[in-house]
Amino acid sequence: MNAIPDIGIEGIGVWSPELPDWPVAKRILVDNVPTVPAAPARPTAAALAAGERRRAPESVLIAVEAAAQACAMAGRDPRDLAHVFGSAYGDLAISDYLCATLAHAPFDVSPTKFHNSVHNAPAGYWAIASGCMHASTAVSAGAESFGAGLLEAAVRACAEAEPVLLVAYDIAACGPLRDTIASRRAFASAFVLAPWSPRAVARARLRVNDGVAALAPAPSLLHASQAGNPAAAGLPLLAALARHEPVALRIAAAPALYLDMEISF
Amino acid sequence: MPSRISPLAITAFTVTCAAGRGRDAFACALQSRTSGLRENDLPEWPLPCQVGRVSGIENAPLPAAWAEWESRNHRLAWMALNEDGFRERALAAIERYGAPRVALILGTSTSSIGETEHAYRELGADGRFVPAWQHRRVHETHALAAFVRQALQLRGPSMTIATACSSSAKVFASAQRLIQAGIVDAAIVGGADTLCGSVLYGFNALELVSREPCRPFDVARSGLSLGEAAGFALLESISVDKSALRLTGYGESADAHHMSAPHPQGLGAERAMREALARAGIAAGEVDYINLHGTASRQNDEVEAMLVARLFPASVHASSTKGWTGHTLGAAGIVEAVAALLAFERDLAPGTLNTRHLDPACGPQIRIDNAQRRVRVALSNSFGFGGNNCCLAFAAGAA
Repeated sequence: MNAIPDIGIEGIGVWSPELPDWPVAKRILVDNVPTVPAAPARPTAAALAAGERRRAPESVLIAVEAAAQACAMAGRDPRDLAHVFGSAYGDLAISDYLCATLAHAPFDVSPTKFHNSVHNAPAGYWAIASGCMHASTAVSAGAESFGAGLLEAAVRACAEAEPVLLVAYDIAACGPLRDTIASRRAFASAFVLAPWSPRAVARARLRVNDGVAALAPAPSLLHASQAGNPAAAGLPLLAALARHEPVALRIAAAPALYLDMEISF
Repeated sequence: MPSRISPLAITAFTVTCAAGRGRDAFACALQSRTSGLRENDLPEWPLPCQVGRVSGIENAPLPAAWAEWESRNHRLAWMALNEDGFRERALAAIERYGAPRVALILGTSTSSIGETEHAYRELGADGRFVPAWQHRRVHETHALAAFVRQALQLRGPSMTIATACSSSAKVFASAQRLIQAGIVDAAIVGGADTLCGSVLYGFNALELVSREPCRPFDVARSGLSLGEAAGFALLESISVDKSALRLTGYGESADAHHMSAPHPQGLGAERAMREALARAGIAAGEVDYINLHGTASRQNDEVEAMLVARLFPASVHASSTKGWTGHTLGAAGIVEAVAALLAFERDLAPGTLNTRHLDPACGPQIRIDNAQRRVRVALSNSFGFGGNNCCLAFAAGAA
């Protein structure tokens, strides 16, 4: 199937309890060393104003943290970046709160929690925090949410010939939803993508393929803790970028549809 | 400003909402000014208000083979797919191009969370879902597109856009880019949202729900009426049918202002409208009809009215159709895209139902009465929480 023009990866951000930022993540992914998950339970998310940081749910904090890291590394002003936020489940803690509250006291639903329940809450908080008025999109595609977000962001970067911020995140399931949703750890990553230019740290050639083939395995050390979190489908890409070695990756963008990525430096 | 895009042919489209099941029924309701709103009669959620409920969903189960997908939202999507021959047209496109070459991009705000709400009311003694609820494929945002993908046996890119009330407008923009990039030849776009506890009591908590039928742009408006709907459109190259109605432009933006209130000067909405005009390669004075977001909330309507008065000449006919349908949230984009497309087909520019006295913020563009007039260029606005804006531009095909 079709290729799109080469994409440059200009900035990278990551947050999970084990991987608090890209420099730390890079070391861990290169050496594949075991880590004790002693990192703070919540990221700093310094891009948010203090009041918003207090009100913001976990999904917003981790997404904003990764987004800000990627923009800083790229040296791009967040105000100039259209953004695509991908997540399979949105804020599962708010879903649990809303459903539990509706079950016994529907008139007690918190208006703030309700407006924070929209799938685009992290994208909205990010736009407010950064003052960005460009296109702001929130996508979901189940287990393939990372790949679907990557496809949307890469196609947008080419169509508009402009840089795009991609953020992929999911948090742990809680309450009864734990029986239907396997995600057990928060994980967020972010990438500034743009039509390739020398300012990029890596070059990605993307092809969309409908063949069935094995996916790139996630780095084994991290695989266990991130199993069930659809955002962790970005780990093989993060590992390739950390190791700085040309590599071919296959990332699912839909059931039986793949993005074949050739990464070069 | 962005440059002009290649337009796409809209070779099939349909909608099912409170005001009508299928295009003819919806067009008749628009023509005869018959509202689909009624006193809330949802037994589970007895909030006193008006709702745009679609009749008959309760008695329209999915085919037995799809029991794991059972939900009010999927039932409504399936009802809509089967109107106006849409499913046949979609299957013909899949046959023609091959399943991997047809994208599916749907918008929803709450997907099937109404089912998850139900499951929480029936928890077992251990506080967990009872087995029947554990196995239902309804507990996540993407469930809608996953269901439609299964129902149509699609194998191409598939994605849910969930940007609250702009969701099923933005699907047109993403589809245009995928087709333009050559990744697919056609796209099925649309969306569905259904009435549920979260939206009724959530909007109620924000004090945005009107007790009376909503009155968009009325000086005495008192908030919105919630509704439910599903709709779909098939997008292909204009070479397939040069006479078909066209998607000619889109604009997407963020307010960067507030999670649930619009920018006071409508700067984000203005940016979306200007980008849609630029991508369509048209001037504001060339627009015949605008389907406004017009929710009947105090703030939205005031800001949107000022924006229309600022950007467009008096010759433009602008209105909100939410008095017919209620605010269908994530489905509003496709419902109102269809209302705009029907304006071309029927030479009918709808007015604004239930509204008696326009807010003084309204310019001469915003009309209460329907008008029989030729429509060659139309816009549709959809704005959502998070300050998320989308404007679509449509035009008539070649004569």
